[in-house]
Amino acid sequence: MVNLCFYFQVHQPNRLKKYSYFQIGRDHFYEDDDKNGAIMNKVAQKCYLPTNRLMLRLIDRFQGAFRISYSISGVCIDQMRKFNRETLDTFKALADTGCVEFIDETYNHSLSFLFSQDEFRRQVELHSELIQQEFGQKPTTFRNTELIYNNDVALAVEKMGYKTILAEGADHVLDWRSPNFLYQPQTCNKLKLLLKNYKLSDDIAFRFSNKAWDSYPLTAEKFAHWVHAINGSGETINLFMDYETFGEHQWEDSGIFNFMEHLPEWILKNPDFRFATPAEVSASLSPVAKLNVPNYISWADVERDLSAWRGNHLQDDALDAVYALEERVIATGNEDLIRTWRSLQTSDHFYYMCTKWFADGDVHKYFNPYNSPYDAYINYQNVLADFETTLNR
Amino acid sequence: MKVLMYGWEFPPHISGGLGVACYGLTKALSSHNHHISFVLPRLKQVESNGSHVNLIDVGQFPVYTSNLSPREFVVRQIEKISKSIDVHTIASPLSPYLTEEQYQEELRRLASQDAAQIPAAFRSTSHDISLSGEYGPNLMSEVVRYASVAGSIAMRVEHDVIHVHDWLTMLAGVEAKRISGKPLVIHAHALEFDRSGEHVNQAVYDIERYGFHQADAIIAVSHMTRNMIINRYGVSPDKVHVVHNAVAKDSYAGKNGHQKGTKEKVVLFLGRITFQKGPDYFVEAAAKVIARNENVRFVMAGSGDMAPKMIERIAELRLGRKFHFTGFLKGAEVEEMYKDSDLYVMPSVSEPFGISPLEAMRYDVPVIISKTSGVSEILDSALKVDFWDTDELADKILAVLEHEPLRQELVDRGSMELKKIQWENAADHIGHIYERIA
Repeated sequence: MVNLCFYFQVHQPNRLKKYSYFQIGRDHFYEDDDKNGAIMNKVAQKCYLPTNRLMLRLIDRFQGAFRISYSISGVCIDQMRKFNRETLDTFKALADTGCVEFIDETYNHSLSFLFSQDEFRRQVELHSELIQQEFGQKPTTFRNTELIYNNDVALAVEKMGYKTILAEGADHVLDWRSPNFLYQPQTCNKLKLLLKNYKLSDDIAFRFSNKAWDSYPLTAEKFAHWVHAINGSGETINLFMDYETFGEHQWEDSGIFNFMEHLPEWILKNPDFRFATPAEVSASLSPVAKLNVPNYISWADVERDLSAWRGNHLQDDALDAVYALEERVIATGNEDLIRTWRSLQTSDHFYYMCTKWFADGDVHKYFNPYNSPYDAYINYQNVLADFETTLNR
Repeated sequence: MKVLMYGWEFPPHISGGLGVACYGLTKALSSHNHHISFVLPRLKQVESNGSHVNLIDVGQFPVYTSNLSPREFVVRQIEKISKSIDVHTIASPLSPYLTEEQYQEELRRLASQDAAQIPAAFRSTSHDISLSGEYGPNLMSEVVRYASVAGSIAMRVEHDVIHVHDWLTMLAGVEAKRISGKPLVIHAHALEFDRSGEHVNQAVYDIERYGFHQADAIIAVSHMTRNMIINRYGVSPDKVHVVHNAVAKDSYAGKNGHQKGTKEKVVLFLGRITFQKGPDYFVEAAAKVIARNENVRFVMAGSGDMAPKMIERIAELRLGRKFHFTGFLKGAEVEEMYKDSDLYVMPSVSEPFGISPLEAMRYDVPVIISKTSGVSEILDSALKVDFWDTDELADKILAVLEHEPLRQELVDRGSMELKKIQWENAADHIGHIYERIA
């Protein structure tokens, strides 16, 4: 039996408002509520609501044979609560089907593991509590922000009691090996490792509507054919992607919904294939080997490393500055201050400061509310300066 | 006297000290019973501030035609004076501080705007200059356009003397003089050597040199600038006069009970972030100060081609928490910035005058200024440093921040001194220069 394992990432950052030097010490509210609400509602209309309804229909139609998983960041759930309850309700309806697994991550979609293991643990615990509260599941699978991963992440996550972890199937880590098997992190004895099949994942997430692509247009039948071809040379095909692929990155008129609507029936035409969630894959297979990943990998950009967030001085300075406040913030015991500090850790703030203009620069620009990485840095440091003055009071 | 003045900036549309100076100067001149017609390339942004002068928008003037069109004349002149200028005849936006790169960037920005939003001054009203609605490929084209229209204005506006400010208006001044036969005064606020160090743009230098030689009188804003005009442009010392810039009468404002947002001491750099202004020395000195005194914030207000480099350097030094960039500030923001500040630093590499320390002093802000600035020739109640000596600059910054009596002395004496540095005196002097040549 070969597993087809879907995991969708659902995340929206709390974008900062334009915050000038003159606001320092005078204005202690940093987020752009109007923009965050507008974007959440827009993405809900284009993606979350129609896609959730589609998934609910498919789960209903295939009576348990269609199974998927989600990781929804805590900040994103907060935004749904604040701006679009309907979206949250449809995710709850998905949870109620019993065919959907919810995955843990850091509450704030942060890079905390790189700076503070204590803070990392606290954010993961907060996320776990939130998922239990909203969806009635205690997650056993973990994925770190942007699939940032190495041996150390695996070890820490295993110690926290998780059974499964997700990572990018990066070429430079896999070498001759295939992502289509279950692995075990080098440093672990219990934790199982699922690797993204980036080729098949990106066929849907990035190439689907690319008319210059020689496989355009991609149909469910064609994709199922590629998946079925792996029969005999793989045990799990892990399709990991942003949920916003549906309707937001690939627009509705590209036929992406129609593709997804018909994919399950084409996949299930071959009785050797089934849909499974990460926990189910992990429970049903044994690791074929240990995988040694000493250096950080991620699913970002062509480099599949940390350079999207830690690639220049602007990013390093801003990251150092926010994490330097940890002890003082935690020591206040003030819930509001701690929450604000955490919201300033969301990885997107640093992604906006990226100066890699080529290749992936296009992607960075698309997601960037600022005109330039310099503007992003200046705005962030102004906000942080005000936060620090608040902290000193 | 009736003065026909050609300029590039006027409040509230200002990108630097030139606009401030033109405003103060014209106001004082008009109070001395001179009547001023001030020609600007883009009047659209000008609001009510210019009630004391007759403001003229170049874009509203058709180009006058004769056997030899002004454009042909100007082009012919340019061909004579410089081989470095490639003349194009398409209208384009221009400000005196743009480099070629920034200019290209500005063009891209404008090109992406809806054509309807483009200010009228950028569109042609003439049949002489062919305009396609697109924007010109090089900075010089606007100089030519401006100069071409200058003569037409000189024909229609009555005047006794022509007064132009800096290189972009020099060809216009020469053309106006050709049409009306009135004497030409060139006011030198900055030279190409100030803007670019030794790597001068030959074309700009050629225009400056040509203008100076055609002028009947030259006003330099400092002795430093006067010496440069004499030595580097081969101009006769007789016709170069020094008139220092100043501030308006009763311009003292004080802090007026202003509350700062931060409790740390604030050290300010305000100006274009360009080679000429020495922003890099300010950054290096800031690092040295913060290493010894954490209770301080540095602010760099302004924009310019060196801004990205400065931001990267601050990040590299890990000073982002203590060093802030405001971008370009306008009107009320400038005032608030000065009021927010405890010390003003002007580390210019080459500052023909440098009016901003006087602005800072209006708000009881003590100042540290570069020795290579015109303002240091007339200002006593300021600390003076060599711009390159960042150890000395850091020391002096710390001294003002940490020794209250020193700060108090600089502020008290500064406000006394400010009262004596008035545009009225400058206008008086300029009036005499007009009389001598008219």
